[in-house]
Formats: sequence, C-alpha cells, structure tokens
Amino acid sequence: MAVVYQKSTGLTDVEMHYCPGCTHGVIHKLVADALVELDLLDNTVGVAPVGCSVFAYNYFNCDMHEAAHGRAPAVATGIKRVLPDNTVFTYQGDGDLAAIGTAEVIHAAMRGESITTIFVNNAIYGMTGGQMAPTTLVGQKATTAPLGRDQAHYGQPLHMAEMIGLIGGAAYSTRVTVVDMPNMMKARNAIKKAFQMQREKKGFTFVEVLSTCPTNWGLTPVQSLSWVKDTMMQEFPLGVFKDIDKKE
Amino acid sequence: MKKELWKGNEAIAEAAIRAGCRHFFGYPITPQNEIPEYMSLHMPKVGGVFVQAESEVAAINMVYGAAGSGARVMTSSSSPGISLKQEGISYLAGAELPCLIVNIMRGGPGLGTIQPAQADYYQATRGGGNGDYRVIVLAPATIQEACDQVRDGFDLADKYRMPVMILADGMIGQMMEAVEWHDSKVDDLPEKAWATTGTKGQRKPNIINSLFIDPNESENHNLKLNRKYEEVKANEIRYEADIPEDCEVVFVAYGTPARLARAAVRVLKEEGINAGLFRPITLWPFPERELHEIAKRDSVKAVVAVEMSMGQMIDDVKIAVNGVKPVGFCGKAGGIVPTPREVADAAKDALKGAR
Repeated sequence: MAVVYQKSTGLTDVEMHYCPGCTHGVIHKLVADALVELDLLDNTVGVAPVGCSVFAYNYFNCDMHEAAHGRAPAVATGIKRVLPDNTVFTYQGDGDLAAIGTAEVIHAAMRGESITTIFVNNAIYGMTGGQMAPTTLVGQKATTAPLGRDQAHYGQPLHMAEMIGLIGGAAYSTRVTVVDMPNMMKARNAIKKAFQMQREKKGFTFVEVLSTCPTNWGLTPVQSLSWVKDTMMQEFPLGVFKDIDKKE
Repeated sequence: MKKELWKGNEAIAEAAIRAGCRHFFGYPITPQNEIPEYMSLHMPKVGGVFVQAESEVAAINMVYGAAGSGARVMTSSSSPGISLKQEGISYLAGAELPCLIVNIMRGGPGLGTIQPAQADYYQATRGGGNGDYRVIVLAPATIQEACDQVRDGFDLADKYRMPVMILADGMIGQMMEAVEWHDSKVDDLPEKAWATTGTKGQRKPNIINSLFIDPNESENHNLKLNRKYEEVKANEIRYEADIPEDCEVVFVAYGTPARLARAAVRVLKEEGINAGLFRPITLWPFPERELHEIAKRDSVKAVVAVEMSMGQMIDDVKIAVNGVKPVGFCGKAGGIVPTPREVADAAKDALKGAR
C-alpha cells in the first residue's frame, strides 16, 4: 500500500492539547517537516515559549528548552553561542514575543543571531483566556478590552515582521498564514527558507504566521479562517519584509 | 607560585577562565564592570564567548540556554541587576541547571548607591525569585578566596546541578590584593548527558524545563529538589572559626566586615576582652550547628552579628544561636563601612547587656 500522507517524524506521538480549529498544530507540522526535509532535526535545539504553545517541548521530536515568558530569543542566543553549528529555533506567540519579550527578539535580531523565530500571531492571549495582545486589532474584543481595543487608550497593533525587517542583523523577515492550502504551501516554503538561511549562517530569520483562536475569538473554526482572511490580513498584510538573498 | 597584584573583579574573571568557563553573558553595572570588560578582552583569546546582553534579564536567560546546552557558564552583576536576574535564577534552579552568578553588592534599595554593601543577603539566601528553591551562596573575604571560590563554585554547580552565587561586597570587587594562582585541571569536567546538544539520532530528545503542570508531578519535583538541598546542607558547609580559649564575645561576619571584625578582636584584646570571629563562608547552607556549638561554650557571653546592612544575616545567627546567648548587632548601610572601633563597641554593648 502506498503511503500518501503521514505525520511528520519531526513530531512526537504526544497528543496535542490545542483547541479545535486552532492552527498551532498545522504550524508545528510545517516546522517539523522543514527540519526533517532539510535533514536538520537530529541537530536541532528548539525553545518553547510561555503561552498556548508552552508544551511545544513535548511535541517537537528534538532537544528542547522551555523558556521563561518572552525570553526565548535570549535562551536561544545562549544555546546557539554554545552550539554554533546546530539549528536553533524559537516558537513564540504574540503575548510572549510582542509584549513581554519585545526587547529579547529585537536584540537577537540586532546581533544577527543565527537563529530562527517562528512567531504565531493570533491577535490575542490564548492560554490565559482571551486578554488583549499588542497585536489585537482596534475594535477587537478581548477579556481585558471588553468593549474592543480602544485606539485612544491602547494605540494600534504592533507589526513585528515589518519591525524586524528594518533591523540590520535580520536576514529574512516575512509574514505568512495557514488558513488555506495555497497559503500553507507558502508558509512551508518560508519556514524552510528560514532554516536554510540559518544553516548558511546568514543572520536572524523571522517567520510571522497569522493563526486562529476560535475559542477566544468566539467564532467557529471555519468563521475563524475567514476572519483571518477578511479582517486580520487587512491589518497585517502578508509579504516578505526583508530577504538579503534578494539584494542586488 | 609567585604572588600577583590583582583587582578583585578582574581576578574573579581570570579565575573563571582558568576554571574552564568559556561562556559569559552580562550587562554593565557599577561596581562590577571590570568583570565583563575583562571577559570581553580575554574570552576570545581562549576560544570563549562574551556577549553583552540588552539587559540583565536577557543575560541570565542566555545563561539558562548555554547551561542547558552543557556549557560552563557565568554571569555577574551588582544588586539592582541581580534583582532583575531573579526570574532567571528561579528557572535555572527549577530546571536544575549549573551556572555561576557573581553579585558584587552595592547599597540599596532601588538604585541605592554604588558603594559597597551587604543588603542582598536575604535575596541571595532566601531565593529572590519565586518558588521553593535554593542556590549555594559563597562569601569571599579576600580576593584570593574569591578566586578559589570561582573554581569551587563551578564544580559545586556541576555536582549538584544548581546555580551557585558568589556574594561579595563592592569592596572585594574594587580593591587590589595579592593573588596566587593554583593550577586547576579543566580537562576532566563532568559529562552532561542531560544537556541539549542535538540528539544526533542517537538518543531520545533532552528537555530543559521547570514546568510540571500536574500537581503530583510538581510536588515530586519539589521533593527531589529538596533532597538535593539536604545533601548540600550535609556535605558542603564551609566556615572559618577563630575562637580563642575563654572567648567572651563572638563576632559573626562575612566578606569585608569579617576583616573589620578581626581588627576589632585586636582592639578588644588590648582592652582585656577576649573576642573571637566566626566567619560563615557558605551563607546558604549556613553553618548553623557549628555556630551553635560555639555559642554554647560557657565562656561565651554574647554573639554579635556584624554586617553592612541593617540586619539580615543576623536572622540566621539567631536561628543558629537559638536563644542560648544574647545576640548583638553592628550594622552600617547605604555604602558606609563600619570601623573596627564601632565593631568593638558593639561587642562591649552586647557584653553589658549580657551581664
């Protein structure tokens, strides 16, 4: 019998805890597949964040660290400076990366740390129950912004992929999503490219992935996919914000 | 071996390189700047890594990453910076990672002053971060001792898989003294099979982690840590006791105040009072039983804690003495160093009270 589809060998058999309709599982698979296809998995050390993907250390089939909230890029820096020839990645959500850990990711990029950061942006704090994130859209409801994010009070969402793209040490910064098959393929290529560039020691690589949170958005999984496309992508345009391979 | 004149901070950095440390992550703060400065110049010469982080928070998390990947790794800072590292220290303790942390203490609270103090005793010995954890705390009174403790500290960290802190006041960091270097072998450092170095397809993944979401697992982890701490208490207590026959009053002091207390012992001798010095070298674990035995002696009428703080170590002194003798105090804060005269007078006051 021909195998037409199988779980990535880059993932363990531990059952994931993610909510129905959440796209963390898809993103995990894309990261794991990229590491396997590039033959990097056995030489990889990953860093899990605090947030919904806090248990990622149980899911990726490689050496893993669990970092304090927001500190994954600093932890990854320590690992990479000890193991310069290993692949090192962080997997972080928007509260972890764009709020409490903003300094760590900006400075890892500034130093040109040869690590890859997978930034999962679902515009809300998932694990703690739906509080406002730095990436929450203006008007979007959250448990700490019950009437919706008020621009006069909280300003506008933070655009991390664009910000990282401005930093000298960054080799690659892009924003993708996984809400349909064509976008999943693009996300897959972006993640692979990031790891490939890390292998070539080109600098800091950053892939922002627009993701869903049906539970805290109060939408069905299908509605959530549409919300990313129709609403979230208006605020967070997909695209490549830096790619040193494309420089003339 | 010939003796060389070294500044405390630079000597500590050199001692770390000699002890096999090849990774240092730090952030500038007075009065410890000579440590990262020395590392930035000398680490590359031995193939080591120096990174100036964006904050103390980042630096301690770099230490966490490097320690998890098996490196002999170190950071240093001074009081307000050590406060910022407490989150990371709690995680290092929780994930059972070895590392050396140096605190060259200055006055507090808040920004305080850059002058020497010992006001971080509680923070160091009680765990400044969250959770039930301990770090081994070593307190040098000379620059030679600081150098020797660097090697000792790294080895203790590896042996027990826990952070070790050298707690020195700014005086130790800033002054110069003669140092004799002892050859220490660094090619026989312990294997770290638990470290994350990539599985190489040869083993199951290693995970560095302090999260145990199931309360039973979490309790088991705490019990495991506690067993380790009991083992440290049983095996690693260090102290110096210079207690003459017929000793009437015992000073208890660490770091610079221990040197001043030694001078006060001489002052008192001239005045016909027999005094002695008990110097804890490990502040955690504190040499509780050892001090208790001395306090129990018939000749001893009082014990006096001498600190460059408003009274922190004195709590451990009182626990150790456990009421068998009165405990007096001589404390200076905010960067002021006590004189031997003030220390001697505190002993006389304590003896008056004891009669």
